[in-house]
Amino acid sequence: MSDTVINVENVSKRYIIGHEASKGDGLRHAIEGVFRSPLRWLRSVKENRQATKEEFWALRSVNMEVKRGEVTGIIGHNGAGKSTLLKVLSRITDPTEGRIRLRGTVASLLEVGTGFHPELTGRENIFLNGAILGMPRTEIRRKFDEIVAFSDIEKFIDTPVKRYSSGMYVRLAFAVAAHLEPDILIVDEVLAVGDAAFQKKCLGKMDEVAKTGRTVLFVSHNMPLIANLCTTATMLRGGRVAATGEVRSVIDRYLADVAGLGSKPLAERTDRSGNGEIMVTDLEVLDRSGKSAANVISGETVTIRLHYVCRDHGRKECRAGVMVRESEQLCCVLSTWMARPEPIYVSGSGHIDFTVRDLPLAGGVYTLDPFLESNELYDNVSNGGEMSVVDGDFFGSGRIKPSPHWRSVGVLVRHECHGFG
Amino acid sequence: MNTSETVIEAGSVERQYWRDVWRYRELLYFLAWRDILVRYKQTVVGVAWAVLKPLVTTFVFTFLFQGIAGLESGEVPYPLLVMAGMLPWNFFAVAVSESGNSLVSNSGMVSKVYFPRLIVPASSLLPSFVDLAISGVILAVMMVVYGYAPGWQIITLPVFLLVAVGAAFGAGLWLSALMVKFRDVRFIIPFAVQIGFFISGVAVSSSEIPEKWRFFYSLNPMVGVIDGFRWALLGSNQVVYWPAFIVSLVVVAFLVIFGVIYFRKTERGFADVI
Repeated sequence: MSDTVINVENVSKRYIIGHEASKGDGLRHAIEGVFRSPLRWLRSVKENRQATKEEFWALRSVNMEVKRGEVTGIIGHNGAGKSTLLKVLSRITDPTEGRIRLRGTVASLLEVGTGFHPELTGRENIFLNGAILGMPRTEIRRKFDEIVAFSDIEKFIDTPVKRYSSGMYVRLAFAVAAHLEPDILIVDEVLAVGDAAFQKKCLGKMDEVAKTGRTVLFVSHNMPLIANLCTTATMLRGGRVAATGEVRSVIDRYLADVAGLGSKPLAERTDRSGNGEIMVTDLEVLDRSGKSAANVISGETVTIRLHYVCRDHGRKECRAGVMVRESEQLCCVLSTWMARPEPIYVSGSGHIDFTVRDLPLAGGVYTLDPFLESNELYDNVSNGGEMSVVDGDFFGSGRIKPSPHWRSVGVLVRHECHGFG
Repeated sequence: MNTSETVIEAGSVERQYWRDVWRYRELLYFLAWRDILVRYKQTVVGVAWAVLKPLVTTFVFTFLFQGIAGLESGEVPYPLLVMAGMLPWNFFAVAVSESGNSLVSNSGMVSKVYFPRLIVPASSLLPSFVDLAISGVILAVMMVVYGYAPGWQIITLPVFLLVAVGAAFGAGLWLSALMVKFRDVRFIIPFAVQIGFFISGVAVSSSEIPEKWRFFYSLNPMVGVIDGFRWALLGSNQVVYWPAFIVSLVVVAFLVIFGVIYFRKTERGFADVI
């Protein structure tokens, strides 16, 4: 028997969006139209209807496979199709095309406390919510005490939930959901609620669920959480699968994407500090032949070119530099101050090149923070550019990574080894 | 581990659907239970409302139609005649309104959880049975007071009740599915129920209707049901116009069958438009 419990084949979902606003110019206009020439009015209404309908593909040919016992994260920007995918998987809405096979029982938790009725007591809502989530009555009764204990609201169990604080409400709702025992559990971003202690409890529960061999599908924008909880991940972008596989690599891909989204032309960025007397207008990454490159290679010559413009006429003393980061980790700083003993002066506009021979950085995406300063700060842009590095033969040994499984990000240090037998 | 496989694709499998309806049967009961529980919460008189409402209506009608309009009721006391008609009519009216509104008022569930949607309009019929039972007790008391004993016909009562349930279910399916897309239905329902009250002969005996209109009049399934209730409860001098009753049975059957078909067809899109 195959171990695949979720198999998504070529699934697409289309929504028809109507643009109500463009339909007419108000009631008075419509009435006027009807009386002037009823037939033409009817025709125009019909045409308008057709013209204002627009297709929107929330999912496009999505393929995905999840194995038994896997905890899979689904990540992507807002509007990437994550929620639609979960809705299709939990059978709330039908796919327009394609087919999904699910092996075993499915429970989905797209919202905490679905179907809770404010007038009913906590006790009554546990039974109702359990039934809505597909739990048989006998099972609810059996787990009732456990659910109440988990939610920590024993004292208020016979109080209508409309009198609950929002925290109590969420705790009770999650407690019910946490005691479902489906083969496949689908969870949307529901853990974003509740206080830290309760969140921790929930995560513990999810971990426990996964350890008993159940399959969990989990949507979140919280990358550390995904990294912590999931073994694999799938990234959606514009309704398509952009990346899938081992969780770290998919998250890296996502973070690179996020950084890319902020790549408004550097000159137009307003999220910068400094007095602006001299400003960074662009950052370029050049390869060894001096051409602008999308990727540069470890061990080869790389130039980072910083373009600047001065606000006023006249020469100014300036120290320029670029900080190279990997996530929050500073890897190195390139600066005119360190590389040249004599001060430099700039005027008008131009560029400064920072050339690194034998680029000592392992494969990955690095963030560049350019800065210009003298005694005061002229300009500093966090995340002003990025440099994508591909692993290369830095050591000249023919090997590009210490071990095939190594996730190589960081600074490479040239070294020698002695003392072999 | 349960290895049952579920296949999801455009236009899911019919057999799978009915299997799910069976699997979610407890939800049917829970939703009805919720509606009953919630209905009289935070009211002062509570469940007494269920008794007060039909009682007051009966008195008002007796006064209005017999006292002022002077309608004839034959040998059966007028209050009994009205009450026997009110029994199925109130059941139908409440059931149709609740069922018609059910999908939209449970929209949170519909857009966030999977279950066969048919459960929702079906479950909202159930609380009406409670009202029916209470009204039934009131009628029984009234019959004792008036010294009126039912004949053997009373055993046929479930048949007429079944027709009323069918009519309410069929209409509820149509209305609830339509309301998902057209909220106009919300305004149509109370209006239709009001009109229906007058054209279903709750306040008058069907024998008052001119012969030539009788057939069209009886196409309304509730006419047959109300006449049937009167016949079953109050005795043989209440006539049921049988040919029309048969026709109204066919009407109910169509309402239910096509209601289910229409509901199933639109159901997949509920979550997208609700």
